[in-house]
Amino acid sequence: MELLLVIIIGLLYAAGIYMMLRRSLVKLIIGLILLGNGANLLIFLLGKIVKGKPPIIGPNEKMLGEIYADPVPQALILTAIVISFGLQAFAIILIKRAYKVVKTDDLDEMYATDEDL
Amino acid sequence: MSNPYIVLPVIFQLFVAVTLMFSWTNKNLQKLISVVGSLIALLISILLLIKVNQEGIQTMQAGGWIAPFGITFVADTFSALLVLLTAISGLAVSVFSVGSIRNARVRFGYFPILHLLIMGLSGAFLTGDIFNLYVWFEIIIISSFVLITIGGEKAQLEGAIKYVAMNLLASVVFLTAIAILYGLTGSLNMADLSLQVAKVENRGLVNVTAILFLVGFGIKSAVFPLYFWLPASYHTPPPAISAIFGGLLTKVGVYAMLRVFTLIFVPDTFLTTVITVMAMLTIFSGGVGALMQNNIRKVFSYLIICHIGFMLAGLGIYSTLALAGAVFYLVHDIVVKTNLFMVSGLVFKIKGTYSMRLLGGFYKEQPLMSLLMAIPLFSLVGIPPLSGFWGKLLLIQGAMNSSNILLIGFILLGSFLTLFIIAKLWSEVFWKDPQVLPKKEHIKYFDELKPLKKRAMLASVVFLSILSLGIGFGAEWVMRIAMTVAGNLMDPSAYIQAVLGT
Repeated sequence: MELLLVIIIGLLYAAGIYMMLRRSLVKLIIGLILLGNGANLLIFLLGKIVKGKPPIIGPNEKMLGEIYADPVPQALILTAIVISFGLQAFAIILIKRAYKVVKTDDLDEMYATDEDL
Repeated sequence: MSNPYIVLPVIFQLFVAVTLMFSWTNKNLQKLISVVGSLIALLISILLLIKVNQEGIQTMQAGGWIAPFGITFVADTFSALLVLLTAISGLAVSVFSVGSIRNARVRFGYFPILHLLIMGLSGAFLTGDIFNLYVWFEIIIISSFVLITIGGEKAQLEGAIKYVAMNLLASVVFLTAIAILYGLTGSLNMADLSLQVAKVENRGLVNVTAILFLVGFGIKSAVFPLYFWLPASYHTPPPAISAIFGGLLTKVGVYAMLRVFTLIFVPDTFLTTVITVMAMLTIFSGGVGALMQNNIRKVFSYLIICHIGFMLAGLGIYSTLALAGAVFYLVHDIVVKTNLFMVSGLVFKIKGTYSMRLLGGFYKEQPLMSLLMAIPLFSLVGIPPLSGFWGKLLLIQGAMNSSNILLIGFILLGSFLTLFIIAKLWSEVFWKDPQVLPKKEHIKYFDELKPLKKRAMLASVVFLSILSLGIGFGAEWVMRIAMTVAGNLMDPSAYIQAVLGT
């Protein structure tokens, strides 16, 4: 399971960075989404994957048993997913607006900010 | 000592933002609420700094969960000082916005977003939890995304795409670093991390994590190989928005670096060398970049990069004196950079252009206003006894003590480049013979504005100019605070004890 996750995370990061390096705006956003998913899976992996051991203290016990699934990474991932959802929604609207105003989705054509005003 | 009032600067800004949303349609009421709210926020942050100065580090455990399990908020002198500076900048920009932001932008929620941005900044300075810091960073960037695009001009949207892409990338790198750090230590509380990271045996992995943090914060604070988004975007939004961006947004990255690289990762020779080299190249490339520009806002954008290098140099030297220099420079830079972007807005409102080539004769036409604008410009150069001088003096002393001659060379080179650039700007904009500029239809010139708007714009520039004069002439007082901050950064045991209570 860990090995599979490691490979998937590596692929997501590589694909994300590759897509960000393309000139097209849509691919830029896709790259960012892939990178975000890669980071979320990385938190999940590094929180140590434990199967079938929920962090619940039994009725007759005072503290948790030896190994249990850490709930903190899941809370972190949930927060990160919500945040990246908001940011990605904004970014998609932004590229749509930019496409309408600039009339191109090629980043190389967007040099208005470098013009000498 | 648990003190629930230390999050008041954050909660109050949220309260102001919500109140502003309820008066969505009434733009005059919005302006009033924003200015009054910023004044009260300034008062709150002054009280916070006084309290921290008198009673030491204040903490708050969210929801009553004891550290390191819950989210901790910590107000030490450094945090309280930066919250105060945020409130000062926020007040100045809020007043400046009353005069300079167009009604169309106010109708699309400019003021609520401005206050949410300030809330995010205050939160980032006060939090003591690394993941919570990430969340505040996201609040800051989403607010800044809205501010940079509000109005939707062509240049704004193009600048925003570069800004958004790089900032989202920085967030992913930061999140990756947090993930690895959590995997290494199993903690998120910064005070606890300080203890846990020291225990990790795999130092190579710790250094890799440190570099990831350096890259994440480096993109946000625009240091040498990672700064290219800044000059492509900061000159596109209206001057009031540029002012709060230029004054505070890159500085929150610097704050995070100073905090993380003194508390969590104690830099070894490898890290200090990396940071020092980055600082030197940042100073050099920012200064040389500024030389080439013609648009005055782009000149100031590159100067932001150049001066971020000074603060990074303080971290690279890593001694109490040098860190005090970096903190002093941070204080000076926030006030002066906010002011400079507002000055550029004022110049634009009067003349209708940002181009140095087209501008001229400003001194002949507006002698009093030129005198006012000279204060932030020459403070930036650091002519003694103005505020920029003292920070650099401390930095050079610090570099001298660690006998880092090359770094001293770069700091001096950065100062001379700044001097040359400001002298060039002064002679082009203020002393050159005026040219006849064609009146542009879509700009509302300064003379056509209502007296209240004129006074609002001038008042904010005067306010920050007096403040930067105060930092220069009251340098001893600021230096005492900077030395306290640097002492706490070098020896974080008081911070750790205040948070963990052991």
